[in-house]
Amino acid sequence: MPVREGRYAIKLSDAPAVISFASAVGKTEGEGPLAEEFDIRHTTDKICEGTWEMCESRLAEEALEKAFAKCGRTYEDADILFAGDLLNQCVASTFAARGTDIPYAGLFGACSTMALAAALAALCVDCGAVRLAAACASSHFCSAERQFRFPLEYGGQKTPTAQRTVTGAGALLVAKSGKDLPRITRVMLGRIRDQGITDANNMGAAMAPAAACTIIDFLRDTNSSPEDFDLILTGDLGKVGSELLREVMITREQTDISAVHNDCGMMIYDPERQDVCSGGSGCGCSASVVCSHILKKLSRGELHRVLYVATGALMSPTTAQQGENIPAIAHAVEICNI
Amino acid sequence: MQKKTPVDAAYDAMTKRASPPSEKGKNALKAFLSGGLVCCFAQLLFDFYGMLGLNEKEVKAAVPITLIVLTAILTGLGLFGKLAKFAGAGLSVPITGFANSVVSPAMEFQTEGRVLGTGAKMFTLAGPVIAYGCSAAAVYGLIYYFFIVRG
Repeated sequence: MPVREGRYAIKLSDAPAVISFASAVGKTEGEGPLAEEFDIRHTTDKICEGTWEMCESRLAEEALEKAFAKCGRTYEDADILFAGDLLNQCVASTFAARGTDIPYAGLFGACSTMALAAALAALCVDCGAVRLAAACASSHFCSAERQFRFPLEYGGQKTPTAQRTVTGAGALLVAKSGKDLPRITRVMLGRIRDQGITDANNMGAAMAPAAACTIIDFLRDTNSSPEDFDLILTGDLGKVGSELLREVMITREQTDISAVHNDCGMMIYDPERQDVCSGGSGCGCSASVVCSHILKKLSRGELHRVLYVATGALMSPTTAQQGENIPAIAHAVEICNI
Repeated sequence: MQKKTPVDAAYDAMTKRASPPSEKGKNALKAFLSGGLVCCFAQLLFDFYGMLGLNEKEVKAAVPITLIVLTAILTGLGLFGKLAKFAGAGLSVPITGFANSVVSPAMEFQTEGRVLGTGAKMFTLAGPVIAYGCSAAAVYGLIYYFFIVRG
């Protein structure tokens, strides 16, 4: 049964297992430093016939299919699917879920979606109402560009603080039992932070305070310190946001996380070789990195305790144009190898 | 309504320090060189059309038309974006930038249909330039009329 620990953390006393996970990525990600880790690598971002939205949806579908296939389960075994993406009304997830016939809850947590989905899936399983829960998140460079920025063929220069939306999807399955599998031991839903950032080209700066808030709450509630973790993994703060997070943690909380901190947005690309400005972003960023590299390492016992904190910028193109601030959130999932 | 959070001054300063600025000098130099090349190319076209026997009025129409068509083709082939990434303002300030800003959304939003996609979205980027360009021309016309013609 899930029990509250401290003020915000929730301890999952049965520690449900991540019984399977899978990832699917596009061209640029498949050429990045983590290329070998992904299950499905496409050589083009045009993954299927049709629109970019359907390409993204297909990525999510592929990740789900693969996650089920890897553990020999079928969609019929699943009791709930939590999924989300960046597109209006979460269409990438909806269209991917359409063919599965699994009871579906669409989520919007911007780039924090994978952590949110994994947290809810683990909660559902731990409380006993759900036997097998699926969590999935996706994003696509081309569908995000057309919705949030400019047409693909528009000629322009990007600011160095901007981030590249990852073309990728990740899916994981949570169930009660499972031997020698990574387990979700605690989850924490974040609180919204708003520090007055309005620059949509600097999402890392908008999201860093939310990550700091969640990490601080988590450490405090669980009476732990950064050294207790092998890895504190943020979702997509990128280079600028990661620097800010470490600085905020030191100046405000006197806590130095730099020895154990890494960021999926910095891991998925090679900034020297690939034209990605401050790093990767999007729901698919941490989804594809966690559902490949990180969970593999946890399964192999190369990592023992990971705090996965995915951040999301909760704005829309409309509110950004209206000059509103960019509120941000960060959800935490503690994954252990017990 | 909930009030907007004011800017956190300490965090704002931290953000400014951590965020690398655009390489303004380098970008300006690249824009200067590539913009200059576009202008030289246009001048070559100007002389070329003159040699073909077009009069000055016709040449002044033919040169921008050529640049617009070339931009449209380059945009369609997916090359303009790559050039503009290097050139920046060197390609966006001349008429090439305007042409690209019409062609690129027209291509992008084809998937939403001819009317609500291509037709409606074609001017999302260029529309403001047209609207304010025409407004500025009207204001200038009024000033010219009252102070120069009648004044």
